[in-house]
Amino acid sequence: MGREDRSAALIEQVFRDEWGRVLASLIGHFGDWDLAEDAAAEAFAIAAQRWPSDGVPDHPAAWLITTARRRAIDRLRRDRVLAAKLRLIAAAEPPAGEARSENTAEDTVDTSPIPDERLELVFMCCHPALAVEAQVALTLRAVGGLSTEEIARAFLVSPETMKRRLTRAKSKIKVAGIPFGVPSGPQLPERLGAILAVVYLIFNEGYGDPDRPGLAAEAIRLGRVLAGLLPAQPEVLGLLALMLLHDSRRETRFAGNEHGQDLVLLPDQDRSRWDWRQIAEGRALLDRALGQAAHPAGRTGPYVIQAAIASLQAQEQLDWPQISVLYGKLAELTGSPVVRLNRAVAVAEADGPAAALAIVDQLDLPDYQYWHSTRAELLRRLGRRDEARAAFRRALDLARTAPERRFLERRIAES
Amino acid sequence: MQYALLIYYKPGTNEVLGADEAEAVHREYTELKDAPGIIGGAALHPVETATTVRLRGDQLLVTDGPFADTKEIFAGFYLLEADDLDRATEIAARIPAVRLGGSVEIRPVVTDQD
Repeated sequence: MGREDRSAALIEQVFRDEWGRVLASLIGHFGDWDLAEDAAAEAFAIAAQRWPSDGVPDHPAAWLITTARRRAIDRLRRDRVLAAKLRLIAAAEPPAGEARSENTAEDTVDTSPIPDERLELVFMCCHPALAVEAQVALTLRAVGGLSTEEIARAFLVSPETMKRRLTRAKSKIKVAGIPFGVPSGPQLPERLGAILAVVYLIFNEGYGDPDRPGLAAEAIRLGRVLAGLLPAQPEVLGLLALMLLHDSRRETRFAGNEHGQDLVLLPDQDRSRWDWRQIAEGRALLDRALGQAAHPAGRTGPYVIQAAIASLQAQEQLDWPQISVLYGKLAELTGSPVVRLNRAVAVAEADGPAAALAIVDQLDLPDYQYWHSTRAELLRRLGRRDEARAAFRRALDLARTAPERRFLERRIAES
Repeated sequence: MQYALLIYYKPGTNEVLGADEAEAVHREYTELKDAPGIIGGAALHPVETATTVRLRGDQLLVTDGPFADTKEIFAGFYLLEADDLDRATEIAARIPAVRLGGSVEIRPVVTDQD
């Protein structure tokens, strides 16, 4: 890589890393999203022009925030002047204390510590008064620094649709008075849960689709930001651990063939191609989270339990009894029938298919593909072939992706 | 910021409540008028007393009853001054309709600053 390429790559890296901080600081300061976003974009454009020749400043975030603030103030002043002219009000003296800044000031940068307000920004983006799809888009735009086009591509909608979605969400924030701040006391766990759900949704969008791996990486990046901002929240660490552990197997979850990408189940995955450094990192985070959750005031939440399950799934000899116990705890905590179904899969390995089928038959999820496919698999192992085939067919009717359909078709042919 | 807290009732709520409880609920609504930030509001008589006015072609049409048959009945509103949506939500959550099967819609009010 040449010197210029290196500096371009470095600048792009700084942009990605600092966008959220810069935007958060500006929204916190001015209380207006559009003004903050425009000013931040202007500051980044100036940086893109100057940094390649002048070099990246020692405190890039401080430089960007100072520059953007001045741009925003200039703009506010221009708008005020414009408004004054429009109203035909005689020109008044500029308010005291607002000496003209002009553009020379960009070279003097305030390097005193600037508080990190990204957490306030995340809580604003994931406020329950916004639709979940808006929360997702805002979080990726504001905290992740993705462009509207990138988000549109990731969610398979047109850039215009995504632009409208973001505009509507920003307008609701402003008009309805959605606060920029971290909620206090009793509200915190619920509101934090909404943030974690958004990040996990972004992760799963990418994880479930071999063509969109960027979203999983983006979710992990968001997870790292949150873990840095809330290092004492076990669920935050648990979610990051869970994503790292799942993502460590990404290279082995799909196998290409003449039909496209086929799903490879856990026992058939090539363990030597798992990302073991990432597994180690996920396990270390899980240990920290479990340590915090063991504290008298703490509790083991659903993300920590799921991370623990993912950690067990990375062992060479799968400890199915332990996995089924953890799924049992998770089911108790969430009351989710889908989790009970997952528990049944573990029970099948630990105690045999009959015990698992008893659990599955207590559930009633007629519209859920995996309920049918799990039942089918258990029936197949019990030698009830006609019933198995019928259940595989029901699953096939509900399957949405081509790899899943091919998998089920093979199963029907085999049973 | 100013918010209108629009109160919607499930039809028949008052009939289900006993006389004592209905009176207690009424008292709660009166007390809420003194809650911090409440600057106005009104309670409405039942929809059976409503009259609707609209234009059909170029003719003014006056009919008995509400504008539309809805599952929930608009029963009244408070006008609230609050810092942000979270503060407004705290007050809205205290309105009895919320726990009586109805709901409260929080709508920002257009002010001179808009």
